[in-house]
Amino acid sequence: MLALKLAYRNLMGAKLRTWLNMIVLSMAFLVIIWNKGLLNGWDQQARRDTIDWEIGGGVYWQENYDPYDPYTIEDSHGRMSDVTLKAVEDGKLTPILIAQASIYPEGRVQSVSMRGIDPAQALLDLPANKLTGDNSSVPAMIGQRAARNFKLNVGDYVTVRWRDVNGTFDAKEMQIVHIFKTNVSTIDARVVWVPLADLQEMMQMPTETTLLVTSQEAGFQGSIPGWIFKDHYFLLTEIREMIEMKSVSGQVMFLILMSLAMLAIFDTQVLSIFRRQKEIGTHIALGMTQRQVVALFTIEGAMHAVLAAILAALYGFPLLYLQAKSGWSMPEGTDDFGMTIADIVYPSYSLGLVVGTTLIVLITTTIVSYLPARRISKMNPTDAIRGKIQ
Amino acid sequence: MNNSALITITDLVKRFPMGKREFTALSNINLTFNGGEFAGIIGPSGSGKTTLLNIIGSLDVPTEGKAVVLDNSVGNLNTRQSADLRNQYLGFIFQTYNLLAVYTVFENVELPLLLLKMAASERRKLVNQSLEWVGLTDKVNSRPAQLSGGECQRVSIARAMVKEPKIVLADEPTANLDAKNSHHILQTMEKLNADLGTTFIFATHDEKVIQYLKRKISLEDGQVVADEVKG
Ligand SMILES: Nc1ncnc2c1ncn2[C@@H]1O[C@H](COP(=O)(O)OP(=O)(O)OP(=O)(O)O)[C@@H](O)[C@H]1O
Ligand SMILES: [Mg+2]
Repeated sequence: MLALKLAYRNLMGAKLRTWLNMIVLSMAFLVIIWNKGLLNGWDQQARRDTIDWEIGGGVYWQENYDPYDPYTIEDSHGRMSDVTLKAVEDGKLTPILIAQASIYPEGRVQSVSMRGIDPAQALLDLPANKLTGDNSSVPAMIGQRAARNFKLNVGDYVTVRWRDVNGTFDAKEMQIVHIFKTNVSTIDARVVWVPLADLQEMMQMPTETTLLVTSQEAGFQGSIPGWIFKDHYFLLTEIREMIEMKSVSGQVMFLILMSLAMLAIFDTQVLSIFRRQKEIGTHIALGMTQRQVVALFTIEGAMHAVLAAILAALYGFPLLYLQAKSGWSMPEGTDDFGMTIADIVYPSYSLGLVVGTTLIVLITTTIVSYLPARRISKMNPTDAIRGKIQ
Repeated sequence: MNNSALITITDLVKRFPMGKREFTALSNINLTFNGGEFAGIIGPSGSGKTTLLNIIGSLDVPTEGKAVVLDNSVGNLNTRQSADLRNQYLGFIFQTYNLLAVYTVFENVELPLLLLKMAASERRKLVNQSLEWVGLTDKVNSRPAQLSGGECQRVSIARAMVKEPKIVLADEPTANLDAKNSHHILQTMEKLNADLGTTFIFATHDEKVIQYLKRKISLEDGQVVADEVKG
């Protein structure tokens, strides 16, 4: 307690230096908390969106399906058993049939992934119920990214060409009946959604499907012969890895700011131990042990971190709070890189994050303050009093 | 305490390493100080005054012989024990005042009491009393930079006296002061010595100080050459 009190007095006496150190340190604080919070928010939103829009409570993949190998698509389909069909009827599963196709917007050929989904499904947020139209053409819907890429609008007709189960080419007119907006780029970019029944008929694959998405609530459980269940951990791997990669760059920034702050504090300590020899000697003459003086100087240095945390709380937390409320606008076009990202990410700060960061900063600052202060215990008090150690 | 002797120094030798050789700063010192003394160690520069005072203050240790201060043999104390000895029974006054620049006058004087873990109300009372002794009650909230040299030295006397120590060790307390201020602080210390019975030991070659001393111990080349009691 005494050391704390004295350290506080000393720090507050050395105003400018203390403030400078504190400001850099408080910025390091905020950068890491902000960056982590933003990524947390992004991560949570991306997971939420992916789950709501694409993967529900997990997905059964037809055993040949490999999203990274388009050549597997041709073989990645199978007939649904009665048990499966019953589960579909009960809303526990919804099938998605996937086929490779080419469309010809403005006469240019574009290869797309054509996916059939049940317009009556309520399992995913994907607005499949919009897939209605007159019977003259296949109703289709696309996401905003695809619409932008293909320059297609609602009401436009576009020719689609595909190879059915027998390898025979066929073509048909498709009408864009809806353009949806989603943060999940994997169900948007180069994807065309059509009613499941239409696609099954076009491919000549009645009651067949590629994927079976389970409901988030009370989804289907158990094994489906011919399909392999993929859980959230597996399906969200990409998001996880992307967030991990992104957080590295935030940590680099944190490290740079931390190093700056630590350098400044180390320097302050070395300087103050050199300049304040008389003071050190005086403390010893007044009855402190050298170890107490070492502790005093260490605490004085470490207190930078405490004050920086308070400073950060004063100017930073209102900023962070506002941002958590109003969100952080992502730069235009970020989502074109195939990342699941909202236009506005709402940072999410956890208590653990704040406490953890505070501890890291506090411990580092204490160590950096202690290293130079150790020298005090080797000082000869009589020399220190006269201030003659070089 | 034997025979009311506060300090007993026997056959004390102090050597400092000087490159490969050793330099003898004090040799063959035998001295006794009793309670309530107003004594000075006098002698030319380099005669060993500060060295002797530092050993009495347990800031340094004898190379040979013994220095027993309030029943503690200075050479045998660990750092904790010598810190406690200084904290509880010794006060220091330095030539350069050694006040802490970032503290106010009050806080400077309060520091020894903080180390004694005294309660706040008690501290306040003692600090005010001590500042009254040196006549600085109107400067409690000033910082050392705002004070004159004489005022600074009075603060440092207040800091040394605040815990009412048994012994105050003052190394050249007037060296940075003019005549008027020198007399002022010496009169203050003389009065405290008379009123409280605190033992004062000076190290000085200042005539203004010497004229106040009741006992003069002369050092030359690290040896006591005279030890005279006034009157
Ligand atoms: N730490 C040390 N290392 C080496 N020599 C020292 C040390 N301290 C003091 N001395 C030497 O011991 C001798 C006595 O020094 P001391 O400081 O006690 O003298 P002094 O009488 O106080 O002198 P002054 O009046 O100038 O203050 C000097 O020659 C000094 O150089
Ligand atoms: Mg001296």
